[in-house]
Amino acid sequence: MLSVAIWLPILAGIVVLVLGSDKKADFTRWLALAGGLAAFFATLPLYTKYDFSRGAFQFQEMAQWIPAFNINYHLGVDGISVPLILLTSFTTLLVVIASWQVITKNIAQYMAAFLMMSGLMIGVFSALDGILYYVFWEAMLIPMFLVIGIWGGENRVYATIKFFLYTLLGSLLMLVAFIYLYHRTNSFAITDFYLLPLTLKQQVLIFMAFFMAFAVKIPMWPVHTWLPDAHVEAPTGGSVVLAAIMLKLGGYSFLRFAMPIAPDAAHYLAGFMITLSLIAIVYIALVALVQEDMKKLIAYSSISHMGFVTLGFFIFSQLGLEGAIIQMISHGFISAAMFLCVGVLYERMHSRNIADYGGVANSMPIFSAFAVLFAMANSGLPGTSGFVGEFMVILAAVKYNFWVAFLAATTLIFGAAYTLWMVKRVFYGEVVNKHVAKLQDLSRREFLMLAVLAVMVIGLGVYPKLITDFTHVSAAQWLDHMATSKLPVAGL
Amino acid sequence: MENIQIDMMTALPELIVLMLAMTILVADLFLKPKNKIIIYGLAQFTLFAAAYFTVSSFTSSVGFAFTNMFVDDSLAHVLKLMILLGAAVMFVYTRHYMQLRNMFRGEYYALVLFAVLGMMIMVSGQSMLTIYMGLELLSLCLYSLVAFDRDNAKSSEAAMKYFVLGALASGMLLYGMSMIYGMTGSLNLSDISGLLQDTDPKNPVLILGLVFIVAGLAFKFGAVPFQMWVPDVYQGAPTSITLLIGSMPKFAAFAITIRLLAQGLQPLTADWRDMLLMMAVLSIAIGNITAIAQTNLKRMLAYSTISHIGFVLFGLMSGSLNGYASSMFYISAYVLMTLAGFGMILLLSRKDFEAENLDDLKGLHQRSPWAALLMLITMFSMAGVPPTIGFYAKFTVLQAALQAGYIWAVVFAVLMAVVGAFYYLRIVKLMYFDATLESASISAPIDMKFILTINAVALLALGLMPQTLMSVCGAAIARSLQ
Repeated sequence: MLSVAIWLPILAGIVVLVLGSDKKADFTRWLALAGGLAAFFATLPLYTKYDFSRGAFQFQEMAQWIPAFNINYHLGVDGISVPLILLTSFTTLLVVIASWQVITKNIAQYMAAFLMMSGLMIGVFSALDGILYYVFWEAMLIPMFLVIGIWGGENRVYATIKFFLYTLLGSLLMLVAFIYLYHRTNSFAITDFYLLPLTLKQQVLIFMAFFMAFAVKIPMWPVHTWLPDAHVEAPTGGSVVLAAIMLKLGGYSFLRFAMPIAPDAAHYLAGFMITLSLIAIVYIALVALVQEDMKKLIAYSSISHMGFVTLGFFIFSQLGLEGAIIQMISHGFISAAMFLCVGVLYERMHSRNIADYGGVANSMPIFSAFAVLFAMANSGLPGTSGFVGEFMVILAAVKYNFWVAFLAATTLIFGAAYTLWMVKRVFYGEVVNKHVAKLQDLSRREFLMLAVLAVMVIGLGVYPKLITDFTHVSAAQWLDHMATSKLPVAGL
Repeated sequence: MENIQIDMMTALPELIVLMLAMTILVADLFLKPKNKIIIYGLAQFTLFAAAYFTVSSFTSSVGFAFTNMFVDDSLAHVLKLMILLGAAVMFVYTRHYMQLRNMFRGEYYALVLFAVLGMMIMVSGQSMLTIYMGLELLSLCLYSLVAFDRDNAKSSEAAMKYFVLGALASGMLLYGMSMIYGMTGSLNLSDISGLLQDTDPKNPVLILGLVFIVAGLAFKFGAVPFQMWVPDVYQGAPTSITLLIGSMPKFAAFAITIRLLAQGLQPLTADWRDMLLMMAVLSIAIGNITAIAQTNLKRMLAYSTISHIGFVLFGLMSGSLNGYASSMFYISAYVLMTLAGFGMILLLSRKDFEAENLDDLKGLHQRSPWAALLMLITMFSMAGVPPTIGFYAKFTVLQAALQAGYIWAVVFAVLMAVVGAFYYLRIVKLMYFDATLESASISAPIDMKFILTINAVALLALGLMPQTLMSVCGAAIARSLQ
């Protein structure tokens, strides 16, 4: 079943690439949509057939792949990965719809890139073998590199090469860690890595190697600088996938690899990680406040929100962990929605500059209603999904340390400040120029995609049990594992 | 009499290449220019006949011939097969190119076949004399091939450089061999290895001999600090010859390194692995960093070769069967990538136009999405990004080096691989993100397009299913070096 979820979108991508062309634009789009839909429905059984009472890996598949190095094609999911997989296939479908009229050159390649990326990302979320995981993780860079480079903005070459090299640097160090673990266990199976006893020094080195890979991806301060560049230059679809899913790959991988493989190092370095998270939350929020470019502002707000995710991980409590996971899913929806909103405006005005807008609400009332809803969700308004995750993490942080919680909670102020200030400048006030006055409101296609997202954002805000059902048992099990020391019994 | 028969049968593939190469040389004199295509057919037939007899004599046992000067083991079989197939692919890629430049002559095929013969002899060399003989046969053919476009001043200059430096390297190798011979009294590698067991490994003559041998090998590989000839020769030689120099001879160089260092001088492993470590680290660093500054595609690929050789040395210096097998896998992957890379330059070249500057690739995606996609796969494979074979190549050598305990060298190599990724990405950038400068369509014979497609797709397919090639390399090494 997982194999279908992974390979169906990749195959669909190849079909689109072969059959589609710019001359048959509509045919190509419908073909891509069919592929996206099929891929989405292929992931639904993971939701309906998932056994909530078990924390272990489910839907496992296992086949020999490279026996010379004991590398297996080993897949499986638990409560942490299932919601992320669903988010992935959902977002891909959204991207296909969102790029319907926007992309007019090389349509087939564009759609194919996103479909393949979707399969590869699902592969990352479900791989239980180090090398299989690594292959998916790296392969996914290739389509993203092309998407930003071919369909991106003016400064796209710089942004996409920076994106690729940053990520590559981190992940190659991770590869070294994998090989080291392989020589210790004679296997690349994650579950074998979990059981391997390691001294604190070894754990810290392994943790740092993984940290380089994942911190870049999340991204954590100070290795975040590729993200604003990549976001600003990427086409709307690229930004959506980057923010909604790729950043989560980093968060997910911390939970799956870095922390359980080196639990003592994770505890040992928790203070360091929490500090970095708080810097991201507070400092990056302040940076977001002064942005002139809407996409850049949302990019910085993403970094700040991902700070909550890492903060939730490293306070090691059930509440914090589940809050962090909800925050990942919720941020997937909200950031996707925000980037789509910017995309809607950009298509009409060809500007992302806040100063070029003003009084959009007068010419686009329906759109403005949606945009304000998503902005509220982004600043953590109760009743939206943005509130649930942040609130849970802050609650957990209070038990851990009051001042950590206090600093984290300032984001409710800063987040509201930068988001609402942008909303005020863009949507309200006088109509600033005749271009704004002539804006057309949402088309049916745009309405559809924003409405679906709005339902998800409010749905998760009111009924977060949708996610916690999945995460509850797996999170408890994860915390149990983290509480057990892996240091050799004899001591250091 | 019976002995000679066994000897001849053991070296049957070599004999076939020798006979047919001479036949080509003679037949060429009697053929009219418009019938020269027969020569091409004959050359391809030669390779396939030799490949057929190589495959049909596959055994897992080790055989010796010509009074133990010639060895016939799995390593030799596999490498010969790869060399022959590589040469066949090379002939397909270069035919059109040579025809357009009035270089489609019988000598070209005869010389390449003699070079192939030299490589096959090197691969099977069990005595230092055999190895040297094969090496000289290969080198002399390559010197003259580099100067094949004789009116081109650049080619002649490159040939001159190649000859002078190559002769120097051969001399060093021979000097080293003579010292080892002086110490042990034998030219046979398995005898040497046995005799050295009882000798003091700190003996200065022995070490000096080893240093000269390693230097000679490094020269043939093109490893730092003996890399100076590589960029000039790559750039100066006609692209079809660059393709040859960059690909199959590396198999032969790998084979003689295994024969000389891992078999003959195995007792001195502790000494030569330190030398290889230095060369590997420097090759990766200098190759990758210098490649960034290049504007000529052939020159850039030359520096990229130097860095790839560094990775090959990583596997060799591990000094284990695992390490040798990983090096062999790396070389195979490297040759596949090199064939595809230079094949693409040949494809884009036209009459009186060499597509050798980076800018010639600009906007290739608009001119031919197919060619751009193939080059994309090749470039990501060279950069070592999965799911291409280039990734597994790097993976296997790095794990071998890590197993041997070279953690910091591995971390360094990984950092340099990121530097290397930059200039491969730049090619992708030129092809996909930039606008094209010219509109000439790509014209090439259909067989070349077909083989090139298979070649590039193989980089991807072997990346998804690397097991077969890995186990072939593993088994060849394990059977030949127990």
